[in-house]
Amino acid sequence: MLDRVTSSATIDNKMASAASTQPSAQFADITRNDDTLRRFLHGLPGVDQVGAEARAASLGTRSIKTTAKAWAIDLAIRMVDLTTLEGQDTPGKVRALSAKAMHPDPADSTCPATAAVCVYPDMVGVAKEVLGNSGVNVAAVATAFPSGRAALDIKLADTQDAVQAGADEVDMVIDRGAFLSGRYKQVYDEIVAVREACARPDGSSAHLKVIFETGELQTYDNVRRASWLAMMAGGHFIKTSTGKVQPAATLPVTLVMLEAVRDFREQTGVQIGVKPAGGIRTSKDAIKYLVMVNEIAGDDWLDPDWFRFGASTLLNDLLMQRTKLTTGVYSGPDYFTLD
Amino acid sequence: MTPPDSRIEVRKTYKLYIGGQFPRSESGHSYVVDDAKGRFVANAALASRKDARDAVQAARAAFGGWSGKTAYNRAQILYRVAEIMEDRRPQFVEAVRQSEGLTPTQAGKALDASIDRLVWYAGWADKITQVTGNANPVAGPFFNLSTPEPTGVVAVVAPQQSSLLGLVSVVAPVVVTGNTAVVLASPGRPLPAVTFSEVLATSDVPGGVVNILTGKHSNTAPTLASHMDVNAIDLTGLAGDSAQAAALEESAADNLKRVLRPPATEPDWTLEPGIGRMTTFLETKTVWHPIGV
Repeated sequence: MLDRVTSSATIDNKMASAASTQPSAQFADITRNDDTLRRFLHGLPGVDQVGAEARAASLGTRSIKTTAKAWAIDLAIRMVDLTTLEGQDTPGKVRALSAKAMHPDPADSTCPATAAVCVYPDMVGVAKEVLGNSGVNVAAVATAFPSGRAALDIKLADTQDAVQAGADEVDMVIDRGAFLSGRYKQVYDEIVAVREACARPDGSSAHLKVIFETGELQTYDNVRRASWLAMMAGGHFIKTSTGKVQPAATLPVTLVMLEAVRDFREQTGVQIGVKPAGGIRTSKDAIKYLVMVNEIAGDDWLDPDWFRFGASTLLNDLLMQRTKLTTGVYSGPDYFTLD
Repeated sequence: MTPPDSRIEVRKTYKLYIGGQFPRSESGHSYVVDDAKGRFVANAALASRKDARDAVQAARAAFGGWSGKTAYNRAQILYRVAEIMEDRRPQFVEAVRQSEGLTPTQAGKALDASIDRLVWYAGWADKITQVTGNANPVAGPFFNLSTPEPTGVVAVVAPQQSSLLGLVSVVAPVVVTGNTAVVLASPGRPLPAVTFSEVLATSDVPGGVVNILTGKHSNTAPTLASHMDVNAIDLTGLAGDSAQAAALEESAADNLKRVLRPPATEPDWTLEPGIGRMTTFLETKTVWHPIGV
């Protein structure tokens, strides 16, 4: 159906001349200015909207039961970026959330930890203090989240602040105004600059997730273009939404992004992660996403390093389903923390 | 050739009542309901454990709004249900007559008693607190007040024999005090319960306050008894089946559900019920409040 739609001869030619493994270097010709970027991004094959939605809907009908379901639920828990991004967040709430991320189900020691805790930059220190070396990462949203409307130096300072405070991952938002008005070079440069700002003094760097806010991008074509733009600029992850705009993550949007990372790896050998965020509340939804990851991108992506869920309420539903599978008895919200 | 004046009867397949909606059973199954003489009447949905789960979810979602209403408002809503039952008189009489094998007069009497029972319980909504609450004398400068509060989500196994009067007599005391209910209708005589659900859907009772499941108890009762988000279970419908009742009571123990044990035989529902069924599903909250100078 929609498989293997991106087979652009242009990319292959550019690729042949590129030797570096750094994607931004491989795409130097494409990313030179607005015109070359527009020519490339608008030359990407269009997304068949009806086909994408039908494919996403049909993958959502798969029935995942018993041991496969147990496996999927544990994997989904390991993929959760447990998120709190409210103006009313307090250090106490972030501490509680971090403790929950390490031991989601205190009653069951076999329950895996989540992938990360996602907070505003000023809370990174608090989260880091609790999480320490537990293996649970701290992700910080930066660059004037959620609107992305600030001067570049402010966005960079925001990013550096988060990295200095100990963030392992940085979730940046793209400038949707610039993207929608066709100033692709500006968006590209910003992503490159933020990626550089993620560098730590010791030479390592925080992982960069690039948020598109697909609810504001209007079309699937734009989602595909934004995906390629972010991947060429060197983002480690592409992420659907901030969770502050409706609609947030949807199955078809994630499908388009999964196709993009699959095609990108085929052509460059570089694997990029995907993170749907916002609106995923039930285990059933999460399992639909996992089915889609397996069918569209492949099982290489079925790993917390390459696929994440940005969510807060999802975790409790996963835990309730997990409890149902282990005890055989339906659980209730009384037995899990409110966050 | 069929004569032009004869028509093919529409054979009905009734559905469940969950969260104010009428869904088919998630399992897709239905079963045949016969009248007291063994003749086909209609098909009813055969609820599965997942329907029970959905019903509990709906009841839990409705609990905050329903228990938060004033007692006066709950009473008015139940009066309104009684009014609509009066409007549906012929349909109820027919359903009770077929289910229980009564004469139309006897069925009419059963309906009268059911409506009266509902009105009786509706009247209790804003009086039960006065009767069961108390201002306790304490040795200190405090007001000490005990008030009854609804328990939460209550699973109700409705009586097997009395298909309407019995049903109303077990559902009304649960919801009038602010609980929400998941009701397992009589498996052999479900149609009055189905009609009752149609009355609820067209009344002012918010969706999810009463959820009615038809079908075998063995599919749904164990799920409800062990469900951690159900706060109490009324086993009246298992009168005489002490083995199954004991098994359900055992699985209800895990989250310390309140359990109303079934009697040895189905009670005579025409007698005045007393307030026991209401108080079983109430909890007492006591607050201490300093007396001002």
